[in-house]
Amino acid sequence: MLAYTLKRLATVIAILAVMSVAIFSITQVLPGDVAHMIVGQFATDDQVRAVRGRLHLDDPGHVQYLRWAGALLQGDFGVSMMMDRPLGPMIGEAILRSAVLAAISIVLVAAIGIWLGVYCGVRHGSRADRVISVGSYFLISVPEFFWAILAIMLFTGYLGWFPSTGYSPIGEGFWQWLQHIILPVATLVSGLVAHVSRLTRSSMIETMQAQYITAARAKGLPENVVIRRHALRNALVPTITVLAIDVGLLMGGIVVVETIFSYPGLGRLLIFAIEQKDLPLIQAGILAVTAVYAVANLAADLLYAFFNPRIRYGRTAA
Amino acid sequence: MAALPRSLVFGGLVLALVAFAALFGPMLAPYPYDQMDIMARMTPPDAAHWFGTDEFGRDVLSRMLYGARLSLLMGVGATFVSLVIGVPLGLAAGYHGGRVDEVIMRAIDLVISVPPILMGLLLLSLSPPNVWKTAAAVGIIYVPIMARLARSVTLEIAREEFVLAARARGERLWYILAAEILPNAWPPIIVEAALRVTFAIMLGAALSFLGLGVQPPSSDWGLMIAEARPFIDTAPWVALAPGVVLCITVIAVNLVGDGLREVLDPRLRKGRG
Repeated sequence: MLAYTLKRLATVIAILAVMSVAIFSITQVLPGDVAHMIVGQFATDDQVRAVRGRLHLDDPGHVQYLRWAGALLQGDFGVSMMMDRPLGPMIGEAILRSAVLAAISIVLVAAIGIWLGVYCGVRHGSRADRVISVGSYFLISVPEFFWAILAIMLFTGYLGWFPSTGYSPIGEGFWQWLQHIILPVATLVSGLVAHVSRLTRSSMIETMQAQYITAARAKGLPENVVIRRHALRNALVPTITVLAIDVGLLMGGIVVVETIFSYPGLGRLLIFAIEQKDLPLIQAGILAVTAVYAVANLAADLLYAFFNPRIRYGRTAA
Repeated sequence: MAALPRSLVFGGLVLALVAFAALFGPMLAPYPYDQMDIMARMTPPDAAHWFGTDEFGRDVLSRMLYGARLSLLMGVGATFVSLVIGVPLGLAAGYHGGRVDEVIMRAIDLVISVPPILMGLLLLSLSPPNVWKTAAAVGIIYVPIMARLARSVTLEIAREEFVLAARARGERLWYILAAEILPNAWPPIIVEAALRVTFAIMLGAALSFLGLGVQPPSSDWGLMIAEARPFIDTAPWVALAPGVVLCITVIAVNLVGDGLREVLDPRLRKGRG
């Protein structure tokens, strides 16, 4: 397990190194002069030159990259062009707030999704199963941003229960914090829970037909023990994979949801950076997201290997 | 040929309707998509405006009909891009193996190491947005999925006797790939492509919603919903109409994908439905 962990860790570091080059070059190579883009089309030559100087755009590409990456390694994320503030703390705070959203959402997605999947898988073909299956088809088919709009219409406009925008730190009262976070989380969860429940359901149906389940039943074990102790453990292995994929989708969803609900996390910061053409913020922000994603994937792979010993001893899938 | 699955027929019908709107929308639309009527701002649905008007007094139905073309273009265009780049890469990786395979697959791992929407943000962040760039970006995001699929199918087919026979005959590489392998590889690829269209429409709409796709005053469905966001209390129909149509389209494509899989994959036909 240790060798496997180290190998996967090395892959993550390699991915981040190459991604940093890729992010840097994509933002440099993309059509259009960055300096012109930032100051706008009516800028004077002096202004353009000033921006070029500030961003060191006249140095050769690899010199620029090394300066940027070197500073990153020392924990210096650079300075936002628009706000003239160091990026490190800004991104750190935003990541923390996004992480709260993401963590609550993924836990709920896993809990609700697995519960629904097992519930339907055990009773597959029943009316409850069919109703939930049709429902999950809708859940998957509705884009997040439209869920968010529907949620705002219902809970803010019609019922008036929750505010539709903003954020309140948990230090200023739990209830207020909860009120601001409930709609974003609900939106994120509704988009993803069906992935988990559908996969868990089919995996559960398959597992319940295995011979060792018949054996466990023949032993006279009550059905819920058969399910909990014998079926679940094996049925959940593919669920872990889909949860890892969902973490990626969740990070995309967070960008959308934070924008709609004006939630001050990393996603909204990124969109702001793009609107303002704040190049250092865009680069650092996307690299930060990639890093979080890579670590999440690493965690999923390790969990997977933990549950499924065949992975550990087989070829390492890089 | 057995009777077609119901999901395929139903989804196909809905899609045909959307395609019809995409082709003839501008002719069917009662008003031009950008015609403003300041006196009729945010009117609820009535006889003159079946789906009401937006904050500039533009007819929502007309904008939706024009938008069908944009959304479908986005989905189909992006899928086309991912096919054109991804399938040859997958064929090459699967057939060649060795170092070619290694290089292509590692490059693909890299693209996958960024979540889709964020890859879109990265690709579209600094240049002025337009529909084609967004479609191309969405296409690039889905290249890895197409390439991986094409590779795994190729790996299986490359072992078949007719491929060995072609190699023994001394056929050229491109002939073997194009005439021997590709015709046998396409069924799963087509199913995946059909499903990709939905994801591409959704991702394209999300990017437009975030301001990185279709630009005002055009009427992409995602953009329409984004523009309606500030007024959803007073004029919910402006957001609801394109949202519901978007969902129906996505459901239809999903149904078609499921149906196609049932027709093309014999294992599913006999096994669990």
